[in-house]
Amino acid sequence: MGWSRRRGAPSSDDVALQQVAGNGLINRRALLGQGAAIAGAMGAAGAITGAAAEPLADAPWSLAFGEITPALQSPSPFEKDVVRATSNPKGEFRNSHARTPHQLLSGTVTPNSLHFSINHCGIPNIDPAQHKLVIHGMVRQPLEFTLETLSRYPLVTRMAFVECAGNSAGMFAKVPLQAPAGLIHGLVSNAEWTGVPLSVLLDEAGIDPAAKWLVAEGADAQFLDRSVPVKKAYDDALVAIYQNGEHLMPGNGYPMRLLLPGYQGNMNVKFLRRIKVVNQPAYSYFETKNYSQILPGGKTWRFHFVMEVKSFITHPSFGLNLKEPGLYAISGVAYSGTGRISKVMVSADGGKSWAEAALQGPIHEKAFTRFVMPWRWNGQPAVLLSRAYDDGGNVQPLRADFVAMRGEAVNPVTTPLAFPNQHYNSTTSWAVDGKGEVSHVYA
Amino acid sequence: MSMLKSFAPLPLAALAFALAAAPVVARAQSSGLGKPIAEADIKQWDIAILPDGSNLPPGSGTPAQGAKIFAEKCSACHGEAGKGGVAPYYPALVGGQPLTNGIDTVKTIANYYAYATTVFDYTRRAMPYNMPRSLADDEVYALTAYILSLNKLIGDNDVMDAKTLPQVKMPNRDNFIMPYPDRL
Repeated sequence: MGWSRRRGAPSSDDVALQQVAGNGLINRRALLGQGAAIAGAMGAAGAITGAAAEPLADAPWSLAFGEITPALQSPSPFEKDVVRATSNPKGEFRNSHARTPHQLLSGTVTPNSLHFSINHCGIPNIDPAQHKLVIHGMVRQPLEFTLETLSRYPLVTRMAFVECAGNSAGMFAKVPLQAPAGLIHGLVSNAEWTGVPLSVLLDEAGIDPAAKWLVAEGADAQFLDRSVPVKKAYDDALVAIYQNGEHLMPGNGYPMRLLLPGYQGNMNVKFLRRIKVVNQPAYSYFETKNYSQILPGGKTWRFHFVMEVKSFITHPSFGLNLKEPGLYAISGVAYSGTGRISKVMVSADGGKSWAEAALQGPIHEKAFTRFVMPWRWNGQPAVLLSRAYDDGGNVQPLRADFVAMRGEAVNPVTTPLAFPNQHYNSTTSWAVDGKGEVSHVYA
Repeated sequence: MSMLKSFAPLPLAALAFALAAAPVVARAQSSGLGKPIAEADIKQWDIAILPDGSNLPPGSGTPAQGAKIFAEKCSACHGEAGKGGVAPYYPALVGGQPLTNGIDTVKTIANYYAYATTVFDYTRRAMPYNMPRSLADDEVYALTAYILSLNKLIGDNDVMDAKTLPQVKMPNRDNFIMPYPDRL
């Protein structure tokens, strides 16, 4: 099966080309800059499918003066389909979501225009010169901040994913939904955030040592509020004012938002206008209802907070069919709300055998890590899945184990936009059939 | 000071720096960038109600008063008497199936909420959906009383105010598990 055998006895170059797990997974080091190995692998793929290249000619765009450089650039018109999937295209008077098209992106940083966004009552049009943030309650001196004053602090920059607690909720369905990775998993994105540590602002206001909770509140049209443990505020919380180097996108909380790395997206309160220091959680609407989970048997989780270790393959995935047998890179993202990704295992035979994928560094805690696994598809059916491990010893559950504990939706789930439950983090499996078409399966 | 004695006399500039730095050290906790504000001036924003009733405003309301307001300001979305059915995305405010029906059971006030204060808080901060913060506190108490009475969680003539509302016993209150208490 392994093509290296056809080339005779393994040489030192061949080590990186050996099949390391079933159905054509190749040693991950074949992608780590080992020129001979890559050249060999590409040559082998070409030997199977190799159509000869045609004589070259100058293209029309090379023979005419191009467009003048604009002030604000946007993607090529050829990229017009790289957009977020929206949940409320008719503009009905209700909430609206937009999901990151992971199957059309690579790397780890989500472009700001494609960062996921959920708004329960529209996106407020906030004048940053008028916006205020107040910290009060159990403090020595209530204080008011503005974007201008926050900008004068020594700012801190870090990578962090933000994930809606309802991301991937369609996978609670008994029957796998046939939808792109960006529709199933598009309510998570990853960015570089810059802001002021919340602990600095709380210390400045003089927080009462007896205080255990904060109520963080936004300036949107329902003043969305969530209770946050003081412990988290002093761990790694930021009041973020930049996203990937520019001020926040309106849908991501302009001009300032709470950033709680690894915690439910909804707790990362956008349009942040107020933090009240208190001695008990508020049981706000969102922590009472939407962001609390029903368990099999009828008990319910409250204050779950952390988005657990997770990964999914973006390439190939539903909608990205394989054109021909040969070499491919299986690639995807892994992340954990409790720490750093330590390992991602990939299978091409539905979980019968696994091999360790290459991780692209630097590996940040509570942020996307991209994994890559070279794969030679032999044209036969295959089932691809990834499984993430973090440095806290947490392992992404297989779907069967996950639903054995958390249950499946009783009612049919007809759309990936539905939220039958929350905090879904099992493995995702993509089946490749003999024609190279990719579908979503439970393996 | 003993350290200073062991060195040559400080250059003037260094001495000036040391003197200038002294007050900064004394105010290590304060950048001076946060502008002091009195709690009284935060009142309009200070709308979060805690489950023990902390921060509930003065005022009161009855189910009968709430019924009138509901018909005028709420039923267009939530349906007559909160039964829903206007559009799939506007929730019914009355009834609810047992949570043992499944992990995707629709969460309602009656089958899910842990505290009645949440009904008051969210109604006051977010409703009506097209006119948030337009209800007077008495109206919010009345609407809360009406919704709770529709769900048989209080009597038809019970008055809701800062004392009575936190005492309403919600059926699902003791059904919650905190999976990771160490995170608090």
